[in-house]
Amino acid sequence: MPKSFDEQKFGLLLILPSFILLGLVALYPILRNLILSFTENDQFIGIKNFILLFQDERFKSSLFNTLLFCLISVPLQLFLGLVFALILQQRFFTRGFVRTSVFLPWALPTAVMAVAWKWIFNDTYGVFNDILLRLQIIKEPLAWLGKPDLAFFCIILAEVWKCTPFVTVILLAGLQSIPPELYEAISVDGANTLQRFRLITLPLLRPFLLVALVFRTIQALGVFDSIWVLTGGGPGGSTEPISLYVYDTVFRYLKFSYGSTMVIFSFILSLIFVFIFYKFWGDRQIEY
Amino acid sequence: MSTKKYRFSPIIYGLTQISFYLLVIFIVILHLAPFLWQVICSLKNVDEIYSLPLKYIPSKISLSAYRDLISNPLFLRYLLNSILISLSTTFFCLLLASLSGYALSRLSLRFKTFFQFLLLIACLFPQIIFLVPLYELMANLKLINKPLALVLPYVTFSLPLAVWVMTGFFQTIPKEIEEQAIIDGFSRLKILTKIILPLSRPALATCAILIFIGPFAWNEFLFSLSFMIKDTSRTVPVGIALLSGASMYEMPWNKICAACVLTTLPLIIFVIIFQKRIIEGLTRGALK
Repeated sequence: MPKSFDEQKFGLLLILPSFILLGLVALYPILRNLILSFTENDQFIGIKNFILLFQDERFKSSLFNTLLFCLISVPLQLFLGLVFALILQQRFFTRGFVRTSVFLPWALPTAVMAVAWKWIFNDTYGVFNDILLRLQIIKEPLAWLGKPDLAFFCIILAEVWKCTPFVTVILLAGLQSIPPELYEAISVDGANTLQRFRLITLPLLRPFLLVALVFRTIQALGVFDSIWVLTGGGPGGSTEPISLYVYDTVFRYLKFSYGSTMVIFSFILSLIFVFIFYKFWGDRQIEY
Repeated sequence: MSTKKYRFSPIIYGLTQISFYLLVIFIVILHLAPFLWQVICSLKNVDEIYSLPLKYIPSKISLSAYRDLISNPLFLRYLLNSILISLSTTFFCLLLASLSGYALSRLSLRFKTFFQFLLLIACLFPQIIFLVPLYELMANLKLINKPLALVLPYVTFSLPLAVWVMTGFFQTIPKEIEEQAIIDGFSRLKILTKIILPLSRPALATCAILIFIGPFAWNEFLFSLSFMIKDTSRTVPVGIALLSGASMYEMPWNKICAACVLTTLPLIIFVIIFQKRIIEGLTRGALK
């Protein structure tokens, strides 16, 4: 069939530039990381880097910080995203404006907004302290970015503010895909709001929640911009995630293969997360 | 109609309405507050921004921060770099995405699964996974400090969303149009350039906006920080982050706030004007 053969050639020609770019910029680096992690100055050194990694206290602490960050920020984003999506799904006056503002943080540069948050959390001139003092929640100004626990809180707040819109948009799409007849049918059967949510909304939203969960978790494992700007990993390394340690390793200590080893570790970690999510929560494959 | 409306007395109905709107207002404020605070602070003069107690409305609106900023050649350079890089990213990504989107939606394609797998890799993992080998690659290609070092990865990592949107749109174009064109003796290439692309103008516009305001192009931070080492080749997010970094008094905060506002304002205007399209584009993508 010459025609379909032509069509195949033409199709291949159309995707070829994208194919090359994706191969070079997305696939090759992952494979190259793998090679780098087993070598030192182009010499094969086996798993020495990985052994070093597991003895590295700084790595352990950055791994702990990363996991803690994921564990707190991702569920918060999912919960708030669900609440916002449910509200934005309602018909009400000014809905378009509200949708725009709720979506807005997603469109703004993370690093620039982290700078904005840094000023908000400033210990002397920050508006965050000022509001809390006025509401008498705190008695004296706190050094938000100067103490480990408080700094961690600030990072989470900035991240949740920035990333919840992504979850909201996905879940809003999910809500819009639920046929309204289902709600009518179950209302006829006398179900109340909570039952409708539990019996229809939540089960039908599950694939969308799963996509949001997978994407947000993997992205959170690589969090960089906001922490680099807000605390630089400090005070005293207490908020340093893996990505900041990788950055330091590569650009300050110039240890490329050790940096790659950490990257391979987080790569495997994210695959394990995805596997667990699908095993325990998903019954549907990611559909690109 | 449901009996629900009559189950409650008008007073309770009114109260739920009021509390619903209060909740909505609270959510909107929460999302806009960091940005609005930047606007307020950017309109203060240097004395006022470092004075206590904090003023929520500047006593005298001062544009001095903006004036200083616009006459700062380095900041203008950052802006110029960002505009150049994100516009070329948007253009090339749009081009590649419409070609491959057409191939994915219309043609029988070999390697389709593998191509989609590559797209998934590119959109799933955070930048840090790709950083080390990409840096190596850019250094080998002598692209460090050159705009191309950012355009290449930006186009690649913006592709998944763009291909998503374009494929989704092409699928809504009736097949009959093309069948008729084939009978009329149009080649596939002619169909694409003379019929499909002109029909797709609205989708192309949506797609372009999504690329521009997405996590790459205008907003990206890590690659820009790593690949653009020279002061004059930096992009705005990195420039601002570095300005606010070293010491608090290096640049007065009203100027930093003004820089944040100038950087985010174009995005906000985009989002306000194209709100409907953006959310539709994203939800259509997420629905797939």
